[in-house]
Amino acid sequence: MPLGITVVDYGMGNLRSVARAVEHAAQGRARVEVSDRARAIGQADRIVLPGQGAMRDCMAELHARRLIDPIRECLGRKPVLGICMGLQVLFEFSEEDPDTEGFGYLKGDSVRLDPGIDASGSPVRKIPHIGWNRVRQARIGSGAGASAVHPLWRGIADDERFYFAHSYRVRPKDPDLVAGVCEYGGEFAAAVAAERLFAVQFHPEKSQRAGLALLTNFIDWTGEI
Amino acid sequence: MRSLRCRHRKDRRALFRTRLLSPLSSLFFKTMTLARRIIPCLDIDAGRVVKGVRFVDIRDAGDPVEVARRYDEQGADEICFLDITASSDERNTIVAVVEAVADQVFIPLTVGGGVRGIDDARRLLNAGADKVSINTAAIIDPDIVSRLANRFGSQCIVVAVDAKMTAPDQWEIFTHGGRRATGLDAVQWCRRMADLGAGEILLTSMDKDGTRDGFDLALTRSVSDAVPIPVIASGGVGELEHLAQGVIDGGADAVLAASIFHFQDHRIVDAKRYMAARGIEVRL
Repeated sequence: MPLGITVVDYGMGNLRSVARAVEHAAQGRARVEVSDRARAIGQADRIVLPGQGAMRDCMAELHARRLIDPIRECLGRKPVLGICMGLQVLFEFSEEDPDTEGFGYLKGDSVRLDPGIDASGSPVRKIPHIGWNRVRQARIGSGAGASAVHPLWRGIADDERFYFAHSYRVRPKDPDLVAGVCEYGGEFAAAVAAERLFAVQFHPEKSQRAGLALLTNFIDWTGEI
Repeated sequence: MRSLRCRHRKDRRALFRTRLLSPLSSLFFKTMTLARRIIPCLDIDAGRVVKGVRFVDIRDAGDPVEVARRYDEQGADEICFLDITASSDERNTIVAVVEAVADQVFIPLTVGGGVRGIDDARRLLNAGADKVSINTAAIIDPDIVSRLANRFGSQCIVVAVDAKMTAPDQWEIFTHGGRRATGLDAVQWCRRMADLGAGEILLTSMDKDGTRDGFDLALTRSVSDAVPIPVIASGGVGELEHLAQGVIDGGADAVLAASIFHFQDHRIVDAKRYMAARGIEVRL
């Protein structure tokens, strides 16, 4: 029996690209389905939660399709990969739509990236942050025993470039959740890891070899660290 | 000091840029870890690549998938498709092209040409495009930009602007391949597009397009300094130095070119090595 991977379809984002990249990475070892049915989400071995657009619209679509509870039931129980807004919705809320509640599965929020200001009063950085930027992999745990990186980084060079396209960044309350860091006018969390959960701000499905390597690692991941 | 204080604020800014920022620019490009992008552009007519792509080692230079794969292997950071299909019955062929390319090429794809509204954008994004670029539709109805940005997010809405110089340091927007003037000032227009939610500006100089003698750097610099969103410079690239100039002198976040890559004058990886040697952060 090949692994069953469900890409959650809530009408937000480039699902086809995500599904095709996961299929490509799986090399026939997994059956990839794009679905908005609770049953498909419940039965899958792995879940991919993509997403694009505003927090308010993403949460509204998830509610309208009654997908909040089915996704919540997967979190912590089986491997879940969040991508872009699929990372941000896991937190409590976003500065963009303070009245919209996210899943609140992870403590923290998302805030707009800071363009900064130079001596002449012009912004230093362009927002959205679009393009290929480096991701520094965080060591698991802290203190002297911290050495290994997360299994999803296996075979991927530290400081490898991934493709980003976003205006908001997440701020996890617990710094130990941060699995990867990117620099754009200060460091921000480019990847977050919790129990059986890995979520990234960048787009692995659009990050060529490095992105496909991360997706392969996700397919192979049992959820253990 | 006195003369400096008397200057107009705008002049002071320009002075600051030239005196202080230029020598620092190579340092600046190094401290920024975000790479400047190189984007090859393909014209698509009824599902086929046109304007003669000449790769010696591909079987069918008209096949968008084959050409896109070659650019991907060479290290393109993104690929741009411009649909120039005139016949309305063949309008949907671009959707099939995007699907076929997105099935095999895992880098960002931008698609423009004939995007008129939400439905066109949705079809392309669902087919695997990461960004759609709109041009004439935004001129007819600027609010389309905010509707698209609200629906799909700014990061996937590119506004393409074709500009011609009408006086020194002044550029006007043209449509219909540069034949129809709009009366719109290019720099102001780009600022307005950013305010309405555009995520990027794809800026083409109609004066330079096809000349192979380099970008209109004054235009690129003016727009790049005026908008808070990334600018992709386009039109006029004939050699690798032009790409570097677009970033260093024009301030572009990405550079787009067609013919120098199509005719294999230069591979994309050569362009990146050249830019890296000029102190520009690139993905190698």
